[in-house]
Amino acid sequence: MTEASGLRRSTADANLMLLRVGVVASLLFLLLGFVSILWTPYPAGSLDVAAAMQDPSGVHWLGTDQLGRDVLSLMMKGILTSFVVAAVAVAIGALIGLPLGLGAALLGPYVDLAVNGVSTYLMALPAFVMAVLLAALFGPSAATLMVGIGIANIVSLALATRHAVVKTSKHDYVAAARLAGASGLDLVRHHTMPIVARAIVAQGVAQLAFGIIAEATLSYVGLGVQPPATSLGLLLRDAQPFSLAKPLLLAVPGVVILLIVIALNLTSAQLRDAVAADLAGDDSGPA
Amino acid sequence: MALLKVDNLTISIGGSKVAEDVSFAIGKGQRLALIGESGSGKSVLIGAILGLLPEKAVVTGTMSFDDQPMPADDAGRTALRGRRIGVMLDQRGRGLAPLRTVAAQLRDRLAATTGDPAAQLPELLRDVGLDPAAVECYPDALSPGQQRRVLLALALASKPDLLIADDPVAGLDVIDQRQILDLILKHCTERGMSLLVASHDLKALAMLSTKVVILRGGKVVEAGEKQDVFGHPKHEFTRAVLSAGRHRARTLMRTPIGGALLDVRNVSRHYAVGVPLLDRRPPLVAVDAVSLSIRLGESIALIGPSGAGKSTLLRIVAGLERATSGELELEQMVYHGSDLPRALRHLIAFVFPDPVRSFNPRHTVGESIAEPLQLEMQKSVDELGARIVEAVNAVGLPADVLTRLPGDFSVAHLQRLAIARALVTRPRLMVLDDPIARLDVAARGDVLVLLNRLRADFGLSFLIAAHDLDVVRVVADRVLVMHKGRIIEAATPAQLLEKPQQPLTQQMVAAQLPDVGIVPVF
Repeated sequence: MTEASGLRRSTADANLMLLRVGVVASLLFLLLGFVSILWTPYPAGSLDVAAAMQDPSGVHWLGTDQLGRDVLSLMMKGILTSFVVAAVAVAIGALIGLPLGLGAALLGPYVDLAVNGVSTYLMALPAFVMAVLLAALFGPSAATLMVGIGIANIVSLALATRHAVVKTSKHDYVAAARLAGASGLDLVRHHTMPIVARAIVAQGVAQLAFGIIAEATLSYVGLGVQPPATSLGLLLRDAQPFSLAKPLLLAVPGVVILLIVIALNLTSAQLRDAVAADLAGDDSGPA
Repeated sequence: MALLKVDNLTISIGGSKVAEDVSFAIGKGQRLALIGESGSGKSVLIGAILGLLPEKAVVTGTMSFDDQPMPADDAGRTALRGRRIGVMLDQRGRGLAPLRTVAAQLRDRLAATTGDPAAQLPELLRDVGLDPAAVECYPDALSPGQQRRVLLALALASKPDLLIADDPVAGLDVIDQRQILDLILKHCTERGMSLLVASHDLKALAMLSTKVVILRGGKVVEAGEKQDVFGHPKHEFTRAVLSAGRHRARTLMRTPIGGALLDVRNVSRHYAVGVPLLDRRPPLVAVDAVSLSIRLGESIALIGPSGAGKSTLLRIVAGLERATSGELELEQMVYHGSDLPRALRHLIAFVFPDPVRSFNPRHTVGESIAEPLQLEMQKSVDELGARIVEAVNAVGLPADVLTRLPGDFSVAHLQRLAIARALVTRPRLMVLDDPIARLDVAARGDVLVLLNRLRADFGLSFLIAAHDLDVVRVVADRVLVMHKGRIIEAATPAQLLEKPQQPLTQQMVAAQLPDVGIVPVF
C-alpha cells in the first residue's frame, strides 16, 4: 500500500460517484423524452388560447405558453427531438468517422496523412457554419441540422478512433500477442477492440452533448427544427419575446438543456479518464 | 549536532499507514541512505521532510532542521527547500521546464538564491561537469545523463547544507550512473554537505552513504553506521537484501553447447525521419550491419549504452520488426524479422522489459500465458494445459495464479509470469530485452538465478540485452558490446571484465560499482 494507491482509490470512488450521477440523470431525461411518444399530459400541439400564459398549477404543472400549450408536454417532446437530432448526428459521425479512423490507423502513413489533413480542414469549419451553409442550400430542417452536426462529429470520432487504435496497438501486450501467432483479426478482437470501443463510446457521449447544444443554438436562430415540431432550441426561441413577462417559459428549456449537457459531460468525462488510463497502459487493475 | 532530525514520524494517507514510527538523524557532513523495496515508504518520508505530501496525508511526530523545529507552514518550508535543502526528486528530465532553455533555467535558479547568475553559472556548470555550450538548448536535446547533471546543478545552485535525492540514478546506463554518483559524492566531501538519498539500487547507496536506514513496509528494520549494518546485519531482512544485491553465478549443470541455432547476417535497420515524402533528412540507423550467431544452449549477452540498438536487434530476431537489409537464418529457414515463418515462431520466445505493460490488464494471466499455444494447435488440449501448468511451476509459482488478473501481482511476479509465457511453447531461443531493468534489487537476483536454472532444465539458448554488467557475470557465455548500432567488441565475460579492449567497454567496466558488504562464506 503506497501513498499513490491510497490516493488513487479515493479519487476512483469519487469518479465512480460522478459517473453514476451522470448516467442516471442522462437516462432520466432520455426516459422523459421517450415517454412523450406514448403520453404527454396534454397533446403537445393542442392550442387553448383561453388558458394562455398560466402559471404552474395542479392542472398545468409547468404552466402554459402564449398559445395556451402545456409547457411540460412541450418540454417532453422537445427533449425527444433534441436527443433524436443529436443521436442521429452521432450515428452519422460514427458511420463515416469510424472507418476513416480505422483506416488512418491501420492502412499506413499515406491514408493517415490524408485523413488527418481532411480532418484539419473540416475542423477549421465549425459545425455552426456548416449548418448555416446546409440550411442555405437545402432549407432549414431537422434533417439538414442532423447532417450539419453529423459532419462535425465525423472529425472528432475519426480522430478519437485513430488515436485509440494507434495507442492500443503500441502496447507490449499487443506485440506479445502478435509474437504468439495471433492474426490481425484476433488482435483486433481480443486486445484492440475492447479499448477502442470504450474510447468511441466516451467520445460519442461527448458528441451527444455537443449535438444537444448545437441543436438548441441553431433552432434558436431558426436554422434547425421547424414548427410545428418542437425542440428545446425552438422552445427557447418561442419564449424569447415573453422573457420579461414570463421568465419561466425561457427558464424551463434553458435549465433542461443545461442539466442534460452537464449529465452527458459528467458521463463522458469519467469514461474518457478511464479510457485514457487504458490507453496509457497504467491501469494494472486492482493493485 | 544533528542537521536533520526525524523523531517518531508516522504518516498515514487515506487511513492506511505508509510510514510508522520512523526516527533518524543526519549530522553535518553525514550521508544517510534509505534502503528498501519499492513501496517501503522511502519517497513518502522524503515528501514529509520536504512538506510535499498530498493534503490528505496525516503526519505525526517531530522533525527539526539545524536544531530548529521544522516549520509547519508552507512558507517556512519553501524558505528551506531549494535554499538550505537542495532537492533532486525528478527523474528522466521531468523536473525541467520543456519550453525554456536549460541555461535560462539555471540562471533563474541562481538569481533566486545567490543573486549573480552571470558570474556563477560557469562555476556551477563546471561543478557538475557540463559544457557551457551544451546548456544553450532545450531540455529534450540533452541526453539522460546530461539532464540528470542539470537537475543536480539546480539542486546545488544554492550551495545547500543538505541534499535530498530520491533515486538520483534511476534509469541511467552504467557510465552515466557512476558519473552522477561520483559528482554527488564529490560535492558532499568537498563542501561537507549532508545527504539524504533513497533508491533501490543497493550498490549506489552503499557507495554514497555513511549511515543507512533499512525500511520495510514503512517501518525501520535496522539502522546504523554503514559498515556495521552491512558488515554485521542483525535483521534477517537486511541479510536478505544484502545477499540479493550480490548476484552470484550458480554453476549448475548446463546442457552442452551444440551446433548453430540462429545466424544473423549483416542485419541493418533504418528508420525514416519525419513526415513521409516531405522529409529529406537521412534515415536513422538503429542497427548497422550486425552479424552474430547463436549456438544451441548458448547464452549471449548484448550490452551497451541506451540507444545503442540492442532492443531493435532483439525485436528483429524475435520477429517483431523487419530488418531493412540483411537476413537471419533459423533451422535452415531464412527470414528478415517480422516475416519469421509461423511454423518457426514457437522456437523463439520474447520477454519484454516492462512486465506490467506486457500483460493485457483485462485478461487473466492464464489467458495471456496460453496465448502462444495457438501456434501449436495440432497438440491435444490436455497436453497444452499441462504445458501451461508446467511453465508456471517452472518459474516458481503455483498453478492457481492463472485465474488472476495482472494487477494482483508485483512487478517481480509478473516478470516471472512473462518468462512462463515465453516458456510455454518450449522454445529453443529465449530473447530477453533487459529483463531485470524494472525490478527491485532483491527480485533481480532471483530472476537471474531463475534464468540460469531454466536454461539448464529446458536446454534454452539466451539472447539477453542488458545495461548492467551483473547480468553478464551471471548468465552469459559470450558478451557482445553494441554501440551506435554496431557490435564493437565480442568477448567472454572474463575477458571483458578483466581486459576490455574498446574505450567504451573500458568505461563501462570502470563504471561498475563496488560490491556491497562482506562476501558471505558458504
